[in-house]
Amino acid sequence: PSLYLGSISFIIGLSSPGNPKDDFQEELVIRPLHSGDIYASFQFRTVWETDFMRGNKVSHYRLFPKSLGQVISKFSVRELHISFTQGYWRTMQWGQPFQPSPPGAELWVWFQDSVTDVDGTWKELTNVLSGIFCASLNFIDSTNTVQPSASFKPLGIGNETDHRFLRYATLPREIVCTENLTPWKKLLPCGSKAGLAVLLKSEKLFHSSFHSQAVHIRPVCQDWQCKTTSWELRQTLNVVFDLHNSAQGKREWSLFKMFSRTLTEACPLASSSKIYIDITDNPQGEQFEVSPATPLLSQAVVLGDRRTFSVYDLTQQITFGTVRSLNLLIRWKSSEGDMLRPLLHAERYVAGYGLQTGEIHTLMYNNHPYRSFPVLLLDSVPWYLRLYIHTLTVTSKGKDNKPSYIHYQPSKDRLRPHLLEMLVQLPPNSVTEVTVQFERALLKWTEYTPDPNHGFYVGSSVISSLVPSIVAMDTNSTRERPLFSSFFPCKEESSYFVRVYTEPLLVNLPTPDFSMPYNVICLTCTVVAVGYGSLYNLLTRSFQIEEPSPGLAKRIANIIRKMRGVPPL
Amino acid sequence: PPIVLFYVEFERKCRSHVSLLCCHASCFGDEDNAGQFFSSGHTNNWAVLVCTSRFWFNYRHVANTLSVYRSVKRLGIPDSHIVLMLADDMACNHRNPKPATVFSHKNMELNVYGDDVEVDYRGYEVTVENFLRVLTGRLPPSTPRSKRLLSDDRSNILIYLTGHGGNGFLKFQDSEEISNVELADAFEQMWQKRRYNELLFIIDTCQGASMYERFYSPNLMALASSQVGEDSLSHQPDLAIGVHLMDRYTFYLLEFLEDIHPASKTNMNDLFKVCPKSQCVSTPGHRTDLFLRDPGSVLITDFFGSVRKVEITMETINLTDPINPVNGELQIRKYSYVDQLPVSEIIHQKPKQKDWHPPDGFILGLWTLILLVFFKLYGMKHLKHIF
Repeated sequence: PSLYLGSISFIIGLSSPGNPKDDFQEELVIRPLHSGDIYASFQFRTVWETDFMRGNKVSHYRLFPKSLGQVISKFSVRELHISFTQGYWRTMQWGQPFQPSPPGAELWVWFQDSVTDVDGTWKELTNVLSGIFCASLNFIDSTNTVQPSASFKPLGIGNETDHRFLRYATLPREIVCTENLTPWKKLLPCGSKAGLAVLLKSEKLFHSSFHSQAVHIRPVCQDWQCKTTSWELRQTLNVVFDLHNSAQGKREWSLFKMFSRTLTEACPLASSSKIYIDITDNPQGEQFEVSPATPLLSQAVVLGDRRTFSVYDLTQQITFGTVRSLNLLIRWKSSEGDMLRPLLHAERYVAGYGLQTGEIHTLMYNNHPYRSFPVLLLDSVPWYLRLYIHTLTVTSKGKDNKPSYIHYQPSKDRLRPHLLEMLVQLPPNSVTEVTVQFERALLKWTEYTPDPNHGFYVGSSVISSLVPSIVAMDTNSTRERPLFSSFFPCKEESSYFVRVYTEPLLVNLPTPDFSMPYNVICLTCTVVAVGYGSLYNLLTRSFQIEEPSPGLAKRIANIIRKMRGVPPL
Repeated sequence: PPIVLFYVEFERKCRSHVSLLCCHASCFGDEDNAGQFFSSGHTNNWAVLVCTSRFWFNYRHVANTLSVYRSVKRLGIPDSHIVLMLADDMACNHRNPKPATVFSHKNMELNVYGDDVEVDYRGYEVTVENFLRVLTGRLPPSTPRSKRLLSDDRSNILIYLTGHGGNGFLKFQDSEEISNVELADAFEQMWQKRRYNELLFIIDTCQGASMYERFYSPNLMALASSQVGEDSLSHQPDLAIGVHLMDRYTFYLLEFLEDIHPASKTNMNDLFKVCPKSQCVSTPGHRTDLFLRDPGSVLITDFFGSVRKVEITMETINLTDPINPVNGELQIRKYSYVDQLPVSEIIHQKPKQKDWHPPDGFILGLWTLILLVFFKLYGMKHLKHIF
């Protein structure tokens, strides 16, 4: 069918020259981690030179999926970012991910200026997305949606940023499983039949320490002049395989071990299809060895560091060799060396005891030896944890650290959550602690979930920051770069943008005993039966004397006496 | 039924004509074949498969529902015509030693979860209200299509429920119940709105026969795994996973359905014989008095499979010119990427004052006025009591 469509579009392309061009690229980056685990990041990018924005009727979809195109034009979406994650990214052990995401589901959308009722459009958009991705995104409503005032600036191009058109929501409880992967795979031009997507087998992907799949739609510059826009759809999938679960403790990774598949061809619709293996820690091949060997090398500046990669180009037939299949093998020889400590990472936990009050602590670590940098902390706490903002303290190195910008929107019961945004300057080589006390609310008994003793989730905090970079970042956005280095736009050379998510919190709310109505009915009925019943009997019962029935001998004697006419005994 | 093939032919012209050429692989059979082809009276098939139990030890209910889902998909009903409701996630549950799998046979022989599954209602969304709304069609306007039962008066619907139940009720997620009266009324609403042609209702719970006792709408056939007063038992545990994998009735139903293929002629009487008392320990029951046709003439594939009736046409359709995208005026100004963390802009950004408060001077003046009026009316002698 894809070949058919390809030939049809070719014919129509010949006949009607006004058809906008689209382009599809796919790549896979494999990065061995110091703990023995391995990190694989897939990115599929479709760029389409069309304009959804000015109400153009787009009717001919080729590589860009029609379901998403219709969503964009119907709801006047300028940017859409949705991610589904299972597991928590451990920054201290694994470094920084290429695309960060919080546990559960996260959705943030920038609408266009032409939208008049943003909240209504947001509600309809979440319902439609819940149908497309088979997730319960319809639970996103005003009680967990916030409108950040400074975080989540658009990742695409744009000249005005009025935060009235931004909505952010997260569902930390959302489960990710094959039913979310299936529609995600169906959005790809080649589906899961050819190219890198054949490696996406759910039985292996979900048996991992971390799994995250995301869809990012944004407008990008078409060329270096940037006078016209094209639409970019990026589908990313990050997965970290555990050494003990997937590799049985042996430090030897291969495509077959990770994905239970090997590659046989690139996607025919892709203009580029590459695999990058991060060999920066292995310049002379002394730590691990990669086979089959490849002559192609590439360097890229990503996450503030210059990394070297071995490149396998799947569009070239020689990559597959004589066996016509590619199974990359990475074998470790020695395990030395330590990891570069990430410059920014964060933790969050709940302190306190009992079911009435508690305290949320957020810790942000700045591991740079001499530079300080600003971070923007976004906290969205549900209404049933009543925050006492007068107890908010921000301390670094034991001293008070006053944030240069605070935006706080108090919650309204059952209507909207708390929103706290702060711009804090982190001093070098320090820990900054943000604490705030809260009180737990008592919910109405119909508002409890069917398993309330599990607890209630509080979404992750988002920490956005411009971290100083070791090497000069590349600010020329139109040069041909691998996809993983062009996700966040870069405006200056000395720093790069990073977003860190903390753990979600699980708090127990005071839970009533749901069997109480049944117990009360039983007890009340028993008390009424015993108490009232006894009283009634005492008042209305009358006693009669009754002679006990005589024994057998006496009865026979009475019968004989009756026959004789004599009075009985 | 005649198999119909059609292919599309393109002509290389600016104005494209598309002609649909349809040809038969086999010519129309005799009147009997055509008669049987049209005797069932339905044109499309739907399935609503519901698992109502939460928590890991109710793994078998999810496996029950997924095995019926698998059979129904294999026999031809597409995902767009299946509403699958699973109250809890077993496949990616942290207790599952083999993630992304749900097994129905021990020793992990058959993975009914598969690689291509679409769950429409999951987790907390599986409630009595949502179930009844799906059946009756009264859903909010923004509900996506995959969550709706878009059946019409020529649809055959298969409804499968499993979970924990009792005499006259079925428990949803440990927090609410649906009674047999509500279910019967929902089916009556479906009948009055002409939302089904024929409906097959299968339930695998304890005392399942009580759930179909109260039906009163026509064209309903019901099967249950146990009679009133009996419990439906589970089949076999798997020692690696640690829970019971399936219920007995659905296990034997799955084995029965594995032998059915889209063209098979097995009828409902064979379905009634699935899982006799010797295998099931409970006595399965069925109810056919509301059904108009004789169960012996109803094929299994009338409910579990999908019928695609195609119409052959020889007409040609003229396609209009493709809509040329308007290029629009070339923007003279350049676009650029937005600064991700503009620190100076953020610091100088003042949050907008949303609520209006009266100015402080106004409140002071108001109180002064009130005090003056008070003292004017009642005299100055009260002043010394205040101050």
